[in-house]
Amino acid sequence: MVKLTIDNIPVEVNENTSILEAARSVGVNIPSLCFLKDINEIAACRICIVEVEGVDTLVSSCNNPVKEGMVVYTNSPKVREARKTNVELILSQHKTNCATCSRCGNCTLQKIATDLAITDVPYEIKPQKGQWSKRSILIRDFSKCIKCMRCIQICDKVQSLGVWDVEGTGARTTVDVSHNRRIMDSDCSLCGQCITHCPVGALRSRDNTQEFFDALADKEKVVVVQIAPAVRAAWGEELGLTREEATTGKVVAALKHMGVDYVFDTDFSADLTIMEEGSELLERLKHGNNGCTYPMFTSCCPGWIRFMKSQYPDMVKCLSTAKSPQQMFGAIFKAYYAEKLGIKKENVFLVSIMPCVSKKREAMLPTMNDAGTERDVDLVLTTREFSRMIRAEHINPAYLKEMPFDSPLGESTGAAVIFGATGGVMEAALRSAYFLVTGENPDADAFKDVRGMDGWKEATFEIAGTELKVAVASGLGNARKLIKAIRKNKVHYDFVEIMACPGGCAGGGGQPVKDGVEMAEERADVLYFLDKTSPIRYSHENPEILALYEDFLEKPLSHKSHDLLHTDHEGWVMPLAPFRANMRK
Amino acid sequence: MSRLRIKTPNEAQTVVEELYRDVERRITASPPGICPVDISNAFLKVCHAQTCGKCVPCRVGLGQLSELLEKVLEGEADISTIDLIEKTARVIKNSADCAIGFEAANMVLKGVMGFRDDYVEHITNNRCLFNIYQPVPCVSLCPAGVDIPGYISLISAGRYADAIRLIRKDNPFPTACAMVCEHPCESRCRRNMIDDAINIHALKRFAVDNAGCVPVPKCQPPTGKKVAIIGGGPGGLSAAYYLALMGHHVEVFEKREKLGGMMRYGIPSYRLPREMLHDDIDSILSTGVIAHTGVQIGEDITIPQLKEDFDCIYISIGAHTYKKMGIEGEDKRGVISAVEMLRNIGDGSLPDFTKKRVVVVGGGNVAMDCTRSAKRLGAASVTCVYRRRKIDMTALPEEVEGAINEGCEIMCLQKPLRIAGDDDNNVTALWVQPQIIGPVDKAGRPAPLDAKAPEVRIPCDIVIVAIGQGVEIQPFEEFGIPVKRGVIDALASSNLANIDGIFAGGDCVTGPATVIRAIAAGKVAAANIDEYLGYHHMIEVDIDIPDAKIGVKPACGRINTTERNAGERNNDFNLIESGLTEEEALAESARCLRCDHYGYGIFKGGREIKW
Repeated sequence: MVKLTIDNIPVEVNENTSILEAARSVGVNIPSLCFLKDINEIAACRICIVEVEGVDTLVSSCNNPVKEGMVVYTNSPKVREARKTNVELILSQHKTNCATCSRCGNCTLQKIATDLAITDVPYEIKPQKGQWSKRSILIRDFSKCIKCMRCIQICDKVQSLGVWDVEGTGARTTVDVSHNRRIMDSDCSLCGQCITHCPVGALRSRDNTQEFFDALADKEKVVVVQIAPAVRAAWGEELGLTREEATTGKVVAALKHMGVDYVFDTDFSADLTIMEEGSELLERLKHGNNGCTYPMFTSCCPGWIRFMKSQYPDMVKCLSTAKSPQQMFGAIFKAYYAEKLGIKKENVFLVSIMPCVSKKREAMLPTMNDAGTERDVDLVLTTREFSRMIRAEHINPAYLKEMPFDSPLGESTGAAVIFGATGGVMEAALRSAYFLVTGENPDADAFKDVRGMDGWKEATFEIAGTELKVAVASGLGNARKLIKAIRKNKVHYDFVEIMACPGGCAGGGGQPVKDGVEMAEERADVLYFLDKTSPIRYSHENPEILALYEDFLEKPLSHKSHDLLHTDHEGWVMPLAPFRANMRK
Repeated sequence: MSRLRIKTPNEAQTVVEELYRDVERRITASPPGICPVDISNAFLKVCHAQTCGKCVPCRVGLGQLSELLEKVLEGEADISTIDLIEKTARVIKNSADCAIGFEAANMVLKGVMGFRDDYVEHITNNRCLFNIYQPVPCVSLCPAGVDIPGYISLISAGRYADAIRLIRKDNPFPTACAMVCEHPCESRCRRNMIDDAINIHALKRFAVDNAGCVPVPKCQPPTGKKVAIIGGGPGGLSAAYYLALMGHHVEVFEKREKLGGMMRYGIPSYRLPREMLHDDIDSILSTGVIAHTGVQIGEDITIPQLKEDFDCIYISIGAHTYKKMGIEGEDKRGVISAVEMLRNIGDGSLPDFTKKRVVVVGGGNVAMDCTRSAKRLGAASVTCVYRRRKIDMTALPEEVEGAINEGCEIMCLQKPLRIAGDDDNNVTALWVQPQIIGPVDKAGRPAPLDAKAPEVRIPCDIVIVAIGQGVEIQPFEEFGIPVKRGVIDALASSNLANIDGIFAGGDCVTGPATVIRAIAAGKVAAANIDEYLGYHHMIEVDIDIPDAKIGVKPACGRINTTERNAGERNNDFNLIESGLTEEEALAESARCLRCDHYGYGIFKGGREIKW
C-alpha cells in the first residue's frame, strides 16, 4: 500500500494505482478527456494534470502511478490555469455547433468546458477539415475530432482490426482510416465501438430518423417496426428512465403514438433463428460441417460476418447459413404475414430498431431481398435514434400506457430475449438442440455456464450421451484469438457463438453512450431477468413459431426455410484485411 | 564620434544566437516519419525570415512558395499547384541575387522531386503518406531495434543482469556492441533538444562490465528442423542464437579457425578485447549451436550437400576480400592488404613492423584500425594517406583523433600514384599526387581533383591498402545464388528471390557495413527462417521495466568516457577506453528522457515486447 495526500486528504491505495484513480477513490473527481481505463492511458489531452509537490512541471494523473509520500494538488492555481487553457486550445480546433451535434448533452468536452465556466475562447477557432465518404454508415467529422485516439485504441486493442490510425504529423495530425484507405474500402466491421467510445461527436452512425418520419407521413405505407432484444435493456438510459420504468410495453406505446401501424418483437424471429440454426447444427454435426474442418459458427451478428469475411475468408463456409433474426423477420413478414394481415407486401415499410450500426449495412446487402420487394428490411434505426425520436416527438414515457406487441409476431420466449447478451444465442440454441435430440426439455438454466462478461468462454455439455464442446466469444479481438487457436488445433469445439461487440448486443455500437462506463453487463442482467420471468423459455415452445412451421414453412431447413431464412454469405463482397489484400496483390 | 567601433553583440542578438543553437540541436533530434511537405514549409519560413528584403524573388517569392505549400497541406491545391511551385522555385533559384534566396528555392525543388508522391497525396486525398511509426528515436535508429530506454532504466535501477537480458532479446552481442557499436542510436536522441545525446554506448558498456555472467534463456522444445549457417560472424551467430532459442537445430560453418568474423578478424583487440568477444560467443554457443570451424564452402563441403542435409541455409559470409588500388607497383614486397593484416592479427600472428616506416592508404574505420595497429606493432612512423579532407573521412572522428594522439600522421588530399621499389622488389616509397577539394559529386560529397602541385614521394617500407572490401562469392555464384554488383542479391526479408530455403544477410549482401547491421540482418533472417520452417516462435523476455520518473530534467552535461593515455596505450593491444564509474553511470542514465513513456511512445510503438 502507498500513502499519499491528494488535496490535503490522506489516501492509501495499492501500489501502481494511478494518481487519477487514487483521487477518485476519495471522491476527488479529476476531469479527464482522452483517458479510457486500460485502453487509452496516453495522457494526450492534458486535462487530468495535477501538481505534485517537488515537481516543476504538471503531471498527468491518468498514467502516472502514486508514490509513497506524494503530495498532490488537483486544483492549484497552476493546475487551474493549465487545465482551462488546454480545454480552450482543444475548443479552438473543435467545431462547437453543439445545438446540431448528435452528442449534445452527452459530450465530455461540453461537460468539462461548462464545468470550467469557459464562456469565451481567446484563440481563433479553426476546426480541421477532412474528406469523408457520403455513402458511409459510419461517419467521422474531422472538425469535431479532439485527437484523443480512443477510437484507434478500441479498434486495435479490443477489436483487433486497426481500422483507425493517426494520420499525418505535426499540426495537421489527425485520425483517419489506416493505410491511407477510405472507409468504404476498409475491413471495418461497422461494430460501432469507436462511436460509443468517442468522448465527443466526431464519430457517429448515419441518422435515418427522417426516413422513418417520411414513411409515417406516406399514406400508402404500412409502417411495421421490430424491436431487437438488447434495445429493451437500454432504450430508457438517455431518457432518464430506470430499468423498471423502461419496459417493452412503453416502447410499443411510444411507437404507436408516433403512428406506427404494427410493432413486433425481433424476439419472435430470434426463436425462429434458433429453430433453423439449432437444426442446422445437428445436421452439420451429423453430416459434416459444410466441408470444413472447423466448428460451426453463429451468424446473427453482421459485424462478426464482416470480420470473418475480411479476416478469414476461407472459413466463411463454417458460418451457419441462418440469417440474423432481423433479416429473418423482414423476409418472413413480407413473404408470409403481410398477406395474412391483408397488407400488400410492396406497401410494407419495415423498420428495425437495433442496438447495432452494422445492421444498417446488413439490411442493404444485395442478398437480403428474398421476399420479393426491394429490401426485406427497409430501414434500420439504432437504440440511440429511437431515444432521439422519442425526444423529437416530445413523448413523455412517464405518461405512456403500456401496450402489448402486435400479434402474431409478438410472441416470444426467454430463449430469444437473451440473444441480446453474449452467450445468449448459444444457450438458446442448446436448450432447443437438447430437445430436438432427446425429445425432452433440459432444465432452462442447464447451460448457464456460457453466461458472463468473459471475452472467451467455453463449456462442454452432454446431450443424449454425446459430448458437445462449445465456445462463446465477444469482442472481435477475442474472436481473433479464438479463431487463431482453432486454426492451430490448440482448441476443438463443435459450435461457437461470436458477437462483435464486447458483451454482445447489450454492449452494441448502436446503444446509448455513457462515457467511461461499459454498460453491457448491467443491460445483460435485465435480459437474463426477463428470461427468468418469461412464461416460455424454449424457442421450440413458442406457439406462433410452431404455427408458422405448421401452416407455412413445414419444418426447419425445409425448402421454404432455405429460400427465406438462410443466406449465402458469399453472395456479396467484403474488402479484405490489409495483409490479405497485400497477399493477393 | 569615434571613427571605428568594436563589434559587440547586443543582448537580443546573443539570445538569438542561443536560439540558433537550440534549433540546430532540435533538428538533430528530429524524429523520423515527419510529413516532408510540412517540414519543408517550416524550413522555408526560416529561410524567408533570413531574407534581407532587397530582391524580389527572395523577398516575395519565398513567401508565395510558402503560401502554395500551405495550400497543398490544407488540401486546397490542385495538381497544377505543383507546377506553379516548381516554376516559382525555379525562378527564385535562377534569379535570386544571393544564396539566401537560391538555396532556399533549391530546397523546395529538391522536395518537389524527392517526395512528389506526398505532394500528390496531400492534393488529391488531403492525406499524408508519412506516419510516425517508431517514436522512440534511439530504438528506431538501432538497426536491431534494441529496447534502449528499457535497459537504461534497468541500469538506473541497478539491475544490470536484467539490462543484459533485455538487450539480448534483440541483440545477442551486448558485450561486443558495448565496445564497438558505432551507436547510431545516439544520433537523434531527444535529449539533444535539451543539451546533448545520452551516452548510450558507455551505459551499455557499464551494464556489461557489471552484470557478471548472465545465462541465456531456455530454448523452446526441439522442432527437429535443421538450419545451416555459413559464416560465424556477428550476423551468422545472431541468426544461430535466435534459431536455437526457437528450438531449431543449428550448425555454423566457419571458414577461419575461430568464430567472430570481422569482430575478430577486422577489429583490433584494443577496441574489442578477445575475452570480451568470447563472452558473447560462449553465451551464443550455450544455446546448443554447433560450430564447425576451418570449413571452406566449395572445398570441404558444398552448398548442394548442405541443402541436402539441412532444411534451410543462411549465408552470412561477410566481406573479406581485398580491393586493390590498381596502381603501378602494387605487387611489390611490403604491400599488404588491410584484410590480410587484420586477419593475421586475429589469428594471433602479429607482423613485426619494428623500425619500419608504414603508410596506410584509406580513410575508413579499417584504415584507422590498420594505422593504430601498425603503431602498436612497433612501426617507426605511421602515415595514413587519404584522397580527400580529414572531415570527409568515413572513419569515426574519435578513431581519427585517437590515431593522431597515438603519434600517427594523417596526410590528407593525396592521391596514390605508384609504389616505388628497390632492385629486390621491396617497397621504398609511395608516390602521391596532391589534391584540391572540388565540386560536390552526385552523392553529395566534395570530390578531390589533381592540384597544380608536383608529385610527392613518401618514403616507406610497408604500404597497407585499406580502401574497401569485397565479397568472396564464387562458390555461391556457381551454385546459382543471385549476385548483383559483387554482393549477394537478397531481399529485405533475407530471402533469395529465386531459391527456396536459402537466406542471406549482412556484409555479403550490403557490402562492408557495421556489426549492428549484421546482427539486425541475423535477427530478421531468424524470424523469417522460423516462418519458412512453418513456425511462429516468439522471442521475448519477461522483465518489468521500471516506471519513468516524473518531473523535469534540467540541462546537464553528457558524461563521456575517458581513454588510457596515448603514450602508454600505443605500445600494446589492450583496451583503450575506460568504462564509466557507478557514479557516472547513475548520473548519465538519469538523463534519459524515457521516450518510451513520455510523448508518442506511450501511445504507439513505445515498446515491442516480442518479435
